[in-house]
Amino acid sequence: MLEEAGSGHSAGPLGLADIFAALYFNILTIRPEEPEWEDRDIFLLSNGHCVPVQYAAMAEAGFFDKTELRTLRKFGSRLQGHPEREKLPGLENTSGPLGSGLSQAAGYAYSLQYLDENPRRFVYVMMGDGELNEGNIWEAAMFAGKYKLSQLIGFVDRNNIQIDGNTEDVMPLEDLRGKWESFGWHVLEVDGHNIESVINAASEARAVTNRPTVIICHTIPGKGVDFMEYNYKWHGMPPNAEQAKEALEDLRTLGGKIVEEGAGV
Amino acid sequence: MSYPLNPLLYSNDVEKEPIRAGFGRGLKAAGELDENVVALCADLTDSTQMGLFKEAFPKRFIEVGVAEQNLVTVASGLARAGRVPFTSSYAAFSPGRNWEQIRTTAALNDQPVKIVGSHAGVSVGPDGATHQMLEDIALMRVLPNMVVVAPGDSLEAEKATLALAENGKPSYLRLAREKTPIFSTEAAPFELGKAYVLREGSDVSLFGTGTMTYQLLVAAKILEARGVSAEVVHVPTIKPLDTETLLASARRTGRIVTAEEAQAAGGFGSAVAELLSDKLPMPVKRIGINDRFGESGNPDELIEYFGLSGEKIAESVQQFIDEAPQYHR
Repeated sequence: MLEEAGSGHSAGPLGLADIFAALYFNILTIRPEEPEWEDRDIFLLSNGHCVPVQYAAMAEAGFFDKTELRTLRKFGSRLQGHPEREKLPGLENTSGPLGSGLSQAAGYAYSLQYLDENPRRFVYVMMGDGELNEGNIWEAAMFAGKYKLSQLIGFVDRNNIQIDGNTEDVMPLEDLRGKWESFGWHVLEVDGHNIESVINAASEARAVTNRPTVIICHTIPGKGVDFMEYNYKWHGMPPNAEQAKEALEDLRTLGGKIVEEGAGV
Repeated sequence: MSYPLNPLLYSNDVEKEPIRAGFGRGLKAAGELDENVVALCADLTDSTQMGLFKEAFPKRFIEVGVAEQNLVTVASGLARAGRVPFTSSYAAFSPGRNWEQIRTTAALNDQPVKIVGSHAGVSVGPDGATHQMLEDIALMRVLPNMVVVAPGDSLEAEKATLALAENGKPSYLRLAREKTPIFSTEAAPFELGKAYVLREGSDVSLFGTGTMTYQLLVAAKILEARGVSAEVVHVPTIKPLDTETLLASARRTGRIVTAEEAQAAGGFGSAVAELLSDKLPMPVKRIGINDRFGESGNPDELIEYFGLSGEKIAESVQQFIDEAPQYHR
């Protein structure tokens, strides 16, 4: 997708692939064939630049045909470079400029909890860790803590990189757990590449009824592609044709450890 | 049908009320009509007149604290959940501080978030330049999907609030702090996207929005005594403009003066100038604040100083008429 598009973000989406698999195939109660189904859970992407992995998960789940993935970032495509709700059914918000998704999720969660008084639906929101530099996030964190928005469940993609370098060099986030706790949140930490742990954490989060929950997911940026892993330079860059080939080989063979699945396809 | 002006318009006894007070009543009325109407405030509940709504519908009132970015983005989420959120703060802070959030999560996202900017213009007075928002019209009218409304008095603000509760679009409502004369009446029409001819004339058209329309009515009366026939058109909806009414007036008079309590660059007058340059080029004089910030003072004193009083506007219009030829006559 990214190689075809010729621009976009590589590392974040790869690092989030396991979590999005957990979300779209287990955690979220949704109907891909009925995107506006009134009893659905809500998922918001706050770090909109990671949308390629969301598009991929949505296509796999049946929101649209996988062939459309190749239109990413192209003129006339519904798959805009950053997600636009108006363009693609199944997207719940428009994001790209960082820091606003948690507030939008909090607004939706407030509506469910206090106006609909419907405890059965949940609002999930994905945030990047670099994104937590934004003041808007902490305004929202304070708001959700005040109103004890227990149907609001946040994920933080703790991959430790942002555009200018490592998060702790650019603008330190630690003590990250302590920060969220002090804002009145229940905090869980998981290995973001252990799908079972992610699913279990979401279950625990849904069971917490007096506070919002944030799940800090420790991930490896560029996960599964040897030359991208842990390297912040791949934050905002797409692979070229040769790199894409190598990356896909890495992903399909787990770095040469298994026989390539779908080889020759 | 002629617009039913307040018969006491030119009397010393004309009733005065802050425009924001009409918003307070309109919001409560909108809340009674539609249970999806919710109100969010950033620690300025009483001064932005959300108190009435809060008292009537405590469950539908959401205090977000001094956090204007969160104010509109939480509202965006509420709108996605089917609510009609009205957000209020001073215009200097919302949309002054949170413009990008408005752009992305309300305008591009096309959600019916209502941004209510109170205390706009220099008439905020003693608080000074930081709180005298002059750039909001320019900021908001350039956003696709956004509706921009600056009611002329408190009665109209009430009607405008009710209309915005139903228009299904992201919208900006510009309000003023000080008591200003009520020139309209309960019976006066208000429709989003409509401008109203308040006084007919043949020598010049005066287009006003917000607090300036009353001053234009005063200016027209002064000009009448000097033998100048000025048409006054009230333009509460800055976006979308009522191009039909404005162009018809421009064809009748061939000269245009606009007035707004805001920067003369980029705002209402600029919108009118854009329209006329496209459809009917003619001289346009834009009255407003000219590329500077406000300062502390009493509201009346500042309105006078910045050339926005009826008398000062009459002088400017007279000078403009002396210099500018009449087009398209």
